[in-house]
Amino acid sequence: MSGPRRDPDMVRPYVRTQGRIRAREDVRLESVVIAATGPTDTLGPDARRVMRLFAGANGGLAVADIAAALELPPSTVRILVSSLMDSGHLSSPVAAIDDQPDFDLLQEVLRGLRSLV
Amino acid sequence: MDCAPSSDRADRTDESGRAVTYVPATVTRSAKIVVAGGFGVGKTTLIGSVSEVRPLRMEEPITQASTGVDDLRGTPHKTTTTVAMDFGRIHMAGGRLALYLFGLPGQSRFQPLWEDLAEGALGCLVLADTRDLDASHDALGLLDGAGIPYAVAINTFPGAPEYPEAELREALALEPATPLTYLDARDRISSLHALITLTEYLTEHRPAALLESRR
Ligand SMILES: Nc1nc2c(ncn2[C@@H]2O[C@H](COP(=O)(O)OP(=O)(O)OP(=O)(O)O)[C@@H](O)[C@H]2O)c(=O)[nH]1
Ligand SMILES: [Mg+2]
Repeated sequence: MSGPRRDPDMVRPYVRTQGRIRAREDVRLESVVIAATGPTDTLGPDARRVMRLFAGANGGLAVADIAAALELPPSTVRILVSSLMDSGHLSSPVAAIDDQPDFDLLQEVLRGLRSLV
Repeated sequence: MDCAPSSDRADRTDESGRAVTYVPATVTRSAKIVVAGGFGVGKTTLIGSVSEVRPLRMEEPITQASTGVDDLRGTPHKTTTTVAMDFGRIHMAGGRLALYLFGLPGQSRFQPLWEDLAEGALGCLVLADTRDLDASHDALGLLDGAGIPYAVAINTFPGAPEYPEAELREALALEPATPLTYLDARDRISSLHALITLTEYLTEHRPAALLESRR
């Protein structure tokens, strides 16, 4: 089956955020990030809003959680988070040593869903 | 954070005063399943049924340049539409893994959004309503085009016609291996069973891209 016809006129508004125009490939809607430390006074207003969400938080937030909390478009937040990871303000949570290297995402999701019914 | 006033520190609310539910510090991995389908087919209901946190909503503005024949000046108008996406979250694997569920509108004119937002999804659950099976075609076309594996679940609305499975498969143009199941999106267990059916299928038909680890 061939893909649906692309509508070339349907685009998202162009965004430039913190010097970045594209999100990192590994920064997706579901990507969880945690705050690192560092001065935020050089950041733009939206980036500061992101960092303020993490103030005092014991845990992370996914890109989608940030977009919902700040009422920003998820495409913008992907870019903001990407640049805040570049600058070291945000990072990916690091797996504990006992996190098996062969952690099988699909098997864990299946096991997790089955445990709920 | 350096710039955050100390009064913010204990304050676990967003700028509109709603509580922010943080991902537990134990979570080091996350994954995404997309729930798609036509208008009013039960996407929001399903996400609300299974999510362990209050479902949230994001809004993405998209601009459509309309070049209608009635545009006498010949300059394209731009109309901005806002596409709303709901999502919820389930924690699993002893708190190490967060599974996010995103409701994406199935209309094919939202394809650019899909490319961005469905990228990296484990798979998709397509909801269908037998009163309007054609409404599922856009979502199915988007998924086929993007190579995202999916299962179909018929959401059973009162008074909706019932068809033999073979007829449903033909009407939806499903591959023989594609799972076709039934659910009541208002029911948590029923919704979870549909997600299990999808995930079982994914473990048997996993695309190579999924073998790469992902956070
Ligand atoms: N009887 C019945 N009603 C349902 C079921 N699922 C959803 N509904 C109802 O159908 C209506 C639409 O459901 P939603 O969950 O809002 O559908 P949606 O796909 O999110 O709709 P849009 O976001 O507008 O495209 C609501 O009034 C639900 O209560 C179901 O399984 N059975
Ligand atoms: Mg909805």
